[in-house]
Amino acid sequence: MGWAHRSLIRMRDLTAEDIVRILDTAAACKDIFRRAVKKLPTLRGQVMVNLFYEPSTRTRTSFELAGKWMSADVVNIAVPSSSVVKGESVTDTARTLAALGADIVVIRHPAAGVPAMLARSVGAAVINAGDGMHEHPTQALLDIFTIRECRGTLAGLHVLIVGDILHSRVARSNIWGLKRLGARVTVAGPPTLIPSGLERLGVGVSHDLDRVLPRADVVNVLRIQRERQTSGLFPSLREYTRLFGLTRERLQLLKPDALILHPGPANVGVEIDREVMDDPRARIEEQVTNGVAVRMAVLYLLMGGRQDAMVA
Amino acid sequence: MRWLLKGGRVIDPSRDVDAVLDVLVEGDRIAAIGPDLAGPAQELDCRGKLVVPGLVDLRAHLGEPGREEAETVASATRAAAAGGFTALGARTATDPTIDDPALVAFVQDRARRSAAVRVYPLAALTKGRAGIELTEMGALRDAGAAAFSDDDRPVTNAGVLRRAMEYASMFDVPIMVHCEDPDLAGEGVMHEGFHSTIHGLRGIPGAAEEVLVARDLILAELTGARVHISHVTTARSVALIREAKRRGIRVTADVTPHHLILTDEDVQPDDARWKIRPPLRPWSDVEALREGLRDGTIDCIATDHMPHPPAGTELEFDQAPWGIIGLETALPIVLDRLVGTGALSLKAAVRAMSTNPARLLGAPGGTLELGAPADIAVIDPEAERVYDPAEGYSRSRNTPFAGWALRGWPVATMVAGRWVVQEGRVIG
Repeated sequence: MGWAHRSLIRMRDLTAEDIVRILDTAAACKDIFRRAVKKLPTLRGQVMVNLFYEPSTRTRTSFELAGKWMSADVVNIAVPSSSVVKGESVTDTARTLAALGADIVVIRHPAAGVPAMLARSVGAAVINAGDGMHEHPTQALLDIFTIRECRGTLAGLHVLIVGDILHSRVARSNIWGLKRLGARVTVAGPPTLIPSGLERLGVGVSHDLDRVLPRADVVNVLRIQRERQTSGLFPSLREYTRLFGLTRERLQLLKPDALILHPGPANVGVEIDREVMDDPRARIEEQVTNGVAVRMAVLYLLMGGRQDAMVA
Repeated sequence: MRWLLKGGRVIDPSRDVDAVLDVLVEGDRIAAIGPDLAGPAQELDCRGKLVVPGLVDLRAHLGEPGREEAETVASATRAAAAGGFTALGARTATDPTIDDPALVAFVQDRARRSAAVRVYPLAALTKGRAGIELTEMGALRDAGAAAFSDDDRPVTNAGVLRRAMEYASMFDVPIMVHCEDPDLAGEGVMHEGFHSTIHGLRGIPGAAEEVLVARDLILAELTGARVHISHVTTARSVALIREAKRRGIRVTADVTPHHLILTDEDVQPDDARWKIRPPLRPWSDVEALREGLRDGTIDCIATDHMPHPPAGTELEFDQAPWGIIGLETALPIVLDRLVGTGALSLKAAVRAMSTNPARLLGAPGGTLELGAPADIAVIDPEAERVYDPAEGYSRSRNTPFAGWALRGWPVATMVAGRWVVQEGRVIG
């Protein structure tokens, strides 16, 4: 079956088949890590631009490694948000990238919708590495890959996403992907951090973490931004931790075979305790490794590769 | 010059007329109206056409002073004429804002030199639209200000607004309010709900509008001022206004064409032409707006015409400027999507787009009675066209209606007895 997508902007656009295809390809990519020589020639001669309008070490490095292992020429453009001319036109950026000969553009931007605008105005394949509060598809894919790797399937699993759902592109992308693959999804957090209309996505909402934790097969703990406190969304980090932190004490509520995920970087002691991160049920470091595999798979599929050719 | 408009279906809600009649124009006035009028006069065959009093827009941004790259009095009034309008209220969100009699005079002077239709400047309610100090309303009224409005800024201080209403109540000039609580609206860019959630865009709840509608109605009752609620968008706002009118409060209200047909589901988050303020609401609100228009709770349809050059609409949604152009599409949208679907009668549409806004601005049009100014729009209700803003008269093209096939377009517009549009094209 062919791969229909030129760009990867949002999980919402992917079918269950698309997602499984990416996961299967990622599994093959992960095998390559075990080789002594990691390079694949797939993207030789292709220019991949990492265009980051927000600071990011983890995601940018992950994309960079994925590109390099596929033999692409990788260029990083970090645009510190302080130097972004307010109201700089996305179209102007697109023209610049076209002039640079970019074949693949990985973009992270603080405003929702920018990767889609870019995809419309450049010939290159565009990968959304996070746009505002909208989506972060490769993060969702690596979370789902990690779950599938441990549990074999997503169907019927109960995934709990804890924290600031309102501002989270990770939560939104996860919800689309998890629902497509047949998982049950519940979000937990204070009402001020839960966006409206989630029930229309078939997502359960809870404000009582202790009640939902024992029923979860997977707990995905989101990073809490400290500045949400000053904007009045919750009274203090201490109270947040008390109500929604995945603390050492709450570990006992978890199923023995539950998985603990965190997209990183974690605020240790706020949304998650060190002991929880070190618990054998946590897969947080594995998520980082899987991120590279998933991004290699996405690059491969977007650039027209065939899965059998890679495995061979 | 005498013109005889022959055989059109004349709709004049000001006199409850809906009949096939001839209209005789002499000089700048309506000289006769009746069946089978005879010349001598130049004739315009209006058979199969609608003949209505020229449309009047309460609120259009004319670009001058300060935003001439987006629009000018000349371009906006030509767009208006092409859209069947014969008079416009000029919005105050200019640079500088119209808060001084000299600036009212400036707009009037620009209109005298370059406008294709009548222009009624609005004037700011507070200096610099800052919501703190009152403008010189007496002087502004004498200079010709048709209404007081801080445009898209609410007066957040209820004490200031109360004094402004009290003060304005000694002049017979309405205050137009924009009801949106800035704290509840926050950094929102579209209606708060399912669609803002999945697009990852910050939401503006309906409550942001409703709390200020409630406040402003209460203040209108307290002060006895003429208060006009601009661009109502929610069912609860409609209910609040309906109840206020029932209790005899002097309040009027308007709605835009786009809020009558589009919903938050239509918003394209990667296309700034959908960044509309107040935001597009869910269908249940749209239905309530239509009902409010039918039962007279909402008096007028106003365009909120807000031009932006392309550099604005190429921006990301969060950063893009608010608003869309609307002068050339208002009538076709209303005819095709409301009258054409049975949601609104033709007479109610003309009342809301001509009779009522003319009265509100104190403009002489809005009627075809004998001796009235000959401000007339001739409409071909069967004409079908795909709207292309590039072919329009506005300097800007920021509209989500590009490419829409619409049925019912103005073909001729007369202002004070002179044709400014013939065969759908602006002349002169």
